[in-house]
Amino acid sequence: MAPYPPTRIDLRQRLLPPAWPQPGRPAHLLGTDNVGRDMLSRIIWGARISLAVGLSAALLGAVAGSVLGLCAGFFGGAVDAAISWLINVQLAFPFTLFAIFLLAVFGGGFLPVVGVLALATWVNFARIVRSQTLSLRAQDFVTAAHAVGVGAPRILRRYIFPAVLPSIVVVASFSAAQAILTEAALSFLGVGVDPTIPSWGAMLNLGRNYLQTAWWMATFPGIAIALTVLGANLMGDWLGTRLDPRAR
Amino acid sequence: MRQTLLLRRCLHALAVLIGVSIATFAVAHATGDPVTLLLSPSASEATRMQMRAHLGLDQPLITQYLLFLGHAVQGDFGQSFIYRQSVASLVLARLPATLLLAGSAFAIALSVGVPLGVVAATRGGWASATLNLFSMAGLAIPSFWLGLMLVLLVAVWLRLLPVDGYGGLAHLILPALTLSLQSIARLSRLVASGMQGAMRADYIRTARAKGLLEHRIVWVHALRNVLVPVVTMAGLELGDLLSSAVVVEVVFAWPGIGRLAVTALGERDFPLLQGTVFMAGLGFVLINLAADAICARIDPRMRQV
Repeated sequence: MAPYPPTRIDLRQRLLPPAWPQPGRPAHLLGTDNVGRDMLSRIIWGARISLAVGLSAALLGAVAGSVLGLCAGFFGGAVDAAISWLINVQLAFPFTLFAIFLLAVFGGGFLPVVGVLALATWVNFARIVRSQTLSLRAQDFVTAAHAVGVGAPRILRRYIFPAVLPSIVVVASFSAAQAILTEAALSFLGVGVDPTIPSWGAMLNLGRNYLQTAWWMATFPGIAIALTVLGANLMGDWLGTRLDPRAR
Repeated sequence: MRQTLLLRRCLHALAVLIGVSIATFAVAHATGDPVTLLLSPSASEATRMQMRAHLGLDQPLITQYLLFLGHAVQGDFGQSFIYRQSVASLVLARLPATLLLAGSAFAIALSVGVPLGVVAATRGGWASATLNLFSMAGLAIPSFWLGLMLVLLVAVWLRLLPVDGYGGLAHLILPALTLSLQSIARLSRLVASGMQGAMRADYIRTARAKGLLEHRIVWVHALRNVLVPVVTMAGLELGDLLSSAVVVEVVFAWPGIGRLAVTALGERDFPLLQGTVFMAGLGFVLINLAADAICARIDPRMRQV
């Protein structure tokens, strides 16, 4: 899809302005960066990393958070206390600082970044799943299932999980948005995924040094981030009204 | 009753802090043997053993953790590798700058976000549509990019304000505005949805029946009932601000703890990172404890629980 390979360096073509408004080259719609790489191609390739990281982190967080939330809400007592404690400890860390600390210790790269971002997202799932499970557990159909001797794993799987699934889907959408924003921030700080792969945050970090001479380098990657996050948030809103039986 | 609630909150905060200390200790422990970083590769095995014993690394893990906790309680987080100073003094020296930045952003967020939400909820129609648009954009725009764009517009093109650094009010405006945008978006949404609910409540109808001015009904009667979730969220919001401040500080070369952490990251100064993260967690817990106390003051119902 990209017009040029994102890593092709062409020093004769460096710092070209975009095709509009100044008379740039129509060959490079969004201009080129400090070593002559095509901005548009790099932004298109950057989408891969942002989306891959965002979706993986949301998915990983969804699995971990939902399981913990279900257990906390359903079993209550010491299990609930332990999981709620974990949630509150996680929330106590200003996340960017904690993420820097973790990535400094364990090193960057795709999997560590996804793992660290999942630490930010699992709490969203755990909190909502826990509170919904708590109220579902008191409902008659669960009591009835208990009474006829259905085991706990089966009740969780057949009765409670389907009821909380819509919320999980909605939260997943917002969590993907959050993960994409955080990934961009981490790449901007230089602790993201491999710096040789084009990513929006790393492009912004580079563009920052050329703010005075090449405004386009710091402008377009940010627009790409904002539009992607906006899309994920809007999808979350839409899913929220679609999946909520009362709002239909 | 109120005392027991506060006591419970304090115990709760203490439990969270213990978790924070375990997490920071565990992560720092995973950095591996600090002796290899401290000594030259040519140091003899005897020197290494001596160093380990000196740092307490030959003790069992639980003893090491308790030692760390004991030092932390006394405000001792060890020495920074790069600055050769105590971590606590370094963090405390940078703390006022971060608090100033986050506090200003918070003040902007409250003074813009709350009225915005009230107006959007009571005028309806175009006002709430505009707010919705604005808050969706506000939530999607990364703060560091907004910072870069503001620098480009205001400082590079219009030359109105300094680009970066620390000093008077002129240096504070851009970073504080940048940091406040997401908070404004979140707060105004919360206030708007809360106000919409509150305006339908019975006590509002009673107030109208008494013939009170609409102005007074909205800003006194309804708003007061929306304040509790706002204060609760404000506590969390300050935590978010502290977290986003890290990136904004880097954009504007603001000398706060965020930039300290990023410097420590670059130099792989683990004690400094560990201390910064731990103290930030401590700050967050204290802020939320304060938010709970304020809620109990605003809402008499919460004192009974």
